[in-house]
Amino acid sequence: MSLTTDEVKKIAYLARLGIDETDIDAYANDLSNMLDLMTQMGEANTENVKPMAHPMDQMQRLRPDVATEENQREHFQALAPQVEAGLYLVPKVLD
Amino acid sequence: MHNKTITELAKGLRNKEYSSVELTQAYLDRIQKHQGLNCFISVAETYALEQAKTADIQLASADAGLLTGIPIAQKDIFCTQGIKTSCGSKMLDTFIAPYNATVIEKFNAAGAVMLGKLNMDEFAMGSSNETSFYGAVQNPWDIKTVPGGSSGGSASAVAARLTVAATGTDTGGSIRQPASLCGITGLKPTYGRVSRYGMIAFASSLDQGGPMARSAEDAAILMQAMAGFDSKDSTSVDKAVPNYSAGLNNSLEGLKIGLPKEFFGEGLNSDIAAAIETAVNEYKKLGAEVKEVSLPNMKLAIPAYYVIASAECSANLSRYDGVRYGYRCDNPTDLNDLYIRSRGEAFGAEVKRRILMGTYALSAGYYDAYYIKAQKVRRLISEDFSKALSEVDVLMGPVSPTTAFAIGAKTNDPIEMYLADIYTIAVNLAGLPAMSLPAGLVDNKPVGLQVIGNYFTEERLLNIAHQYQQVTDWHQQTPKGFE
Repeated sequence: MSLTTDEVKKIAYLARLGIDETDIDAYANDLSNMLDLMTQMGEANTENVKPMAHPMDQMQRLRPDVATEENQREHFQALAPQVEAGLYLVPKVLD
Repeated sequence: MHNKTITELAKGLRNKEYSSVELTQAYLDRIQKHQGLNCFISVAETYALEQAKTADIQLASADAGLLTGIPIAQKDIFCTQGIKTSCGSKMLDTFIAPYNATVIEKFNAAGAVMLGKLNMDEFAMGSSNETSFYGAVQNPWDIKTVPGGSSGGSASAVAARLTVAATGTDTGGSIRQPASLCGITGLKPTYGRVSRYGMIAFASSLDQGGPMARSAEDAAILMQAMAGFDSKDSTSVDKAVPNYSAGLNNSLEGLKIGLPKEFFGEGLNSDIAAAIETAVNEYKKLGAEVKEVSLPNMKLAIPAYYVIASAECSANLSRYDGVRYGYRCDNPTDLNDLYIRSRGEAFGAEVKRRILMGTYALSAGYYDAYYIKAQKVRRLISEDFSKALSEVDVLMGPVSPTTAFAIGAKTNDPIEMYLADIYTIAVNLAGLPAMSLPAGLVDNKPVGLQVIGNYFTEERLLNIAHQYQQVTDWHQQTPKGFE
């Protein structure tokens, strides 16, 4: 199975991942090789096999619905690339 | 001092042969002396000496445990409050976590000293430590070769005696394969045994932290500190923690060992096969019975793993958006440009490959063919292990098909790099515990024996490893120049 450069560009956009134009062919090639490897799974008869999402097959644990985290807003905002007046700044979304 | 075990160092501290401050300084000097290995991303000199001072006070008041004042080092995937946690990535090059991982909290509570943060493949994606933003790590057995990965800095540092022990994490072999390539003892615990809280996520249904040390005896001490239920990790298993050191001296009489025939086929270096056979013969002398078993779906572990791990990675790494923390590109023109360039400029090639692969596998039209299919294959592989482990107590085989390879040898071929984990990956899909033990040298490069057990049998695995280390001295071999 092989991926075209257009398909790679589309996936990269879905993942919001910048890829240099000059590297696209190399990614297309690598991903195609990976997909070839993955087609080997076709050999396995998986009819009536239940998908296994997790090694323990356990249920998500529940806990009482009470707040346990402290408010660490200042602390977290100190890590952000750009903040102002307690808000995270991003380029303008609406005109 | 640097050749002593944790138990010996703990004794030395109590007998006042040296203080924790002196011990810590000795290791810091050694780290400085061998910085060419590139094992550390951050050396926490001031922090470590502060911790050592506190430990010395505790030791004087007799209010001390086995790890009090013992200097260890942490893989740079565990969040540490106040000290950079990079996960080997440019994305987190300036990231200082606002909290400690549970594993870090547990070592702090045990009184251990943290020397620093260890180098690793970027976001733990790699088998050679070459994908790190901070550069490749050298293997002390041959500095032209890789230490393995992704916990390459941990393995190299322990082998070179820059720390008595370290932590690692294992998603597809990242504790066992570097332990094998560097000749140390590594334990990947059962999924859910060690808390993942504050351990930066790669593939959440596979990731598991564990100890890396020079002996099973030391690994047991670390494991004791790390293991246990944590309400902050929703996949942590609420199960009592045994005393991992208590059973080390149990007899192996009657132990049933299974040798999966799929571990000894094409692709395995014949000298490694011979070393594994010799190790298995040692176990026979210790009273074990050996039989052949089969894991018929083993060959599908690599394709299933690279679908599942990539899918989970693409979801987990979507959090790096250049808004709340981590790298942000200069002068973004709009929000999409901000996301695309921040991620494009800060992630390395291997991380990008896996995000792309995972995004593809999860995208509309391909989800069933890849992701669901891989999860079904995952169950088949897990059932193979259940069947084999109903016939025998443990499985043994090689950890890696080759010894340490040259730096740069596989960087242009991702698929070839993936095959380095051919014997370790299936264990993560099933969530089982497994160890790597030094079991020989081929051309003066270490060979690891893999021992795989049933769920929550870490205590037995450590016993099996320790008994082998009582009758062999492979774990005591030291790379030349690091004695």
